[in-house]
Amino acid sequence: MTRRLEGKVAFITGAARGQGRSHAVRLAEEGADIIAVDLCGDLAEVPYPLGTAEDLAETVSQVETLGRRIVARQADVRDQPSLDAAVAEGVARLGRLDIVCANAGVNKPAPMLEMTEPTWLDIVDVDLSGVWRTCKAAIPYLLAGGSGGAIVLTSSAAGLKGYANIAHYTAAKHGVVGLMKTLAQELAPHRIRVNTVNPTQVDTPMIMNESMYKLFCPALDAPNREDFAPISQAMNALPIPWVDARDVSNAVLFLASDEGRYITGVALPVDAGVLIK
Amino acid sequence: MTGRVEGKVAFITGAARGQGRSHAVRLAQEGADIIAVDHCGDIDTTNYPMATEADLAETVRLVEALDRRIVASHADVRDVGSLKTAVDAGVAELGRLDIVSANAGILSNGQSHELSEDTWGQMIDINLSGVWRTAKVAIPHLIAGGRGGSIVLTSSVAGLRSYNGVSHYVSAKHGVVGLMKTLAQELAQYSIRVNTVNPTQVDTAMIQNESMYKLFSPDIAEPTREDFGRASGATILLPIEWAESIDVSNAVLFLASDEARYITGVALPVDGGALLL
Repeated sequence: MTRRLEGKVAFITGAARGQGRSHAVRLAEEGADIIAVDLCGDLAEVPYPLGTAEDLAETVSQVETLGRRIVARQADVRDQPSLDAAVAEGVARLGRLDIVCANAGVNKPAPMLEMTEPTWLDIVDVDLSGVWRTCKAAIPYLLAGGSGGAIVLTSSAAGLKGYANIAHYTAAKHGVVGLMKTLAQELAPHRIRVNTVNPTQVDTPMIMNESMYKLFCPALDAPNREDFAPISQAMNALPIPWVDARDVSNAVLFLASDEGRYITGVALPVDAGVLIK
Repeated sequence: MTGRVEGKVAFITGAARGQGRSHAVRLAQEGADIIAVDHCGDIDTTNYPMATEADLAETVRLVEALDRRIVASHADVRDVGSLKTAVDAGVAELGRLDIVSANAGILSNGQSHELSEDTWGQMIDINLSGVWRTAKVAIPHLIAGGRGGSIVLTSSVAGLRSYNGVSHYVSAKHGVVGLMKTLAQELAQYSIRVNTVNPTQVDTAMIQNESMYKLFSPDIAEPTREDFGRASGATILLPIEWAESIDVSNAVLFLASDEARYITGVALPVDGGALLL
């Protein structure tokens, strides 16, 4: 049976761990080669450790174990030249570009009145403008390829509804949905499709950390993963506390594959029913 | 490689031809057995012929050629008794039920104030109430199975926006989206997921007929398939005239499979970006 992305190349940001690594592995399982970037460093405004160079090396190892090629580079979605250089080198090595996963994202909960301007700016710069820069770096290669393409932007359930205490994140993720719709319009003549995935809580370090536990469990002194689980589950309609990165990857795969060849401009929730709860 | 719905059983209405047949074949390709029903008879408020017994027999042949089992029978989505008989017999023979595709639907047209009571009434009875009846007879089997399940209701782009001249169709298809959301809430506790697919024009007998050609090309005396293609394509963002049944089937397959195990309450457009126009 032919795999679902045989011979294609995917560019993935935030690929050192979490959803980004999962996307790299899932797409590689289906035959894609990977261009992987990650900041591989912490951010002053983000209260949990980010992916590391070792994490990115592990992504490389997992993709290569599947017999696929991967070009992995350190790049910052706040820095256009670093993205441009990574995509250029990846396409030069792998020969083409078909799929873009603008996945890199961060969060730092804070009530509106306690949110500092540096925090607001950093979250918006990474989660919204970083997505735009990712597209800006990649789109010329999709156009030059002349065979269409699929861009999947990682938004969130917070791109479709409000959540208290993450105004910056909610605004940025809503912005990603707006960016997706405009890109879909601009790129449709070239058969380049643009969609978002909109997950509920995903079991990754971005939510499995002390600051998120405290956001969700304000009444507890030192909440942990077990305290967080029932609170998180109460937000979902399905009887689960969170989804796995693999569930988001499967949605990305569907949208990126030819099975989604006529799907564009769509925000696809992977949210266990958060939006209809 | 294991099929993506291996060992599952799917109940499909309107399965004699068009999208319903395509769903039956696609799900069977991925390992499902099929319970197929169709009215196999004309409807007096539509201007095109409905499917026939010969069509349903062809669906049976196509599924059996894939070495899957299929239980096919006549049933009318306006008659809950006929649906119950069909699904009960199918589950008795095939042993279980996992997937429901409420696909049967008709199309007619006319300005709202010129629609007859019969034309309005049959549309709502088939395209909305027929979906509810399909779900009603199937849900007890899904719950009894104790393994969750996936219900995919066929709505339309007309379930998310209006189109001039088909107010009864627009109303029914919007209603299907509302029904889907409520069912998703009610059934989440059983891990039964409920979603819609929302296609643009699909290349089937429901739209490839003189009545639809005239609706789309009111200024042409005797519009052809080619005239319709141009007019239809103008309502779609991607440079295509319409979608194919297989595109909708691939979306149904994704939603029905475990790859979408945490997707519920979602209206998934397969519309070439029609909603962005």
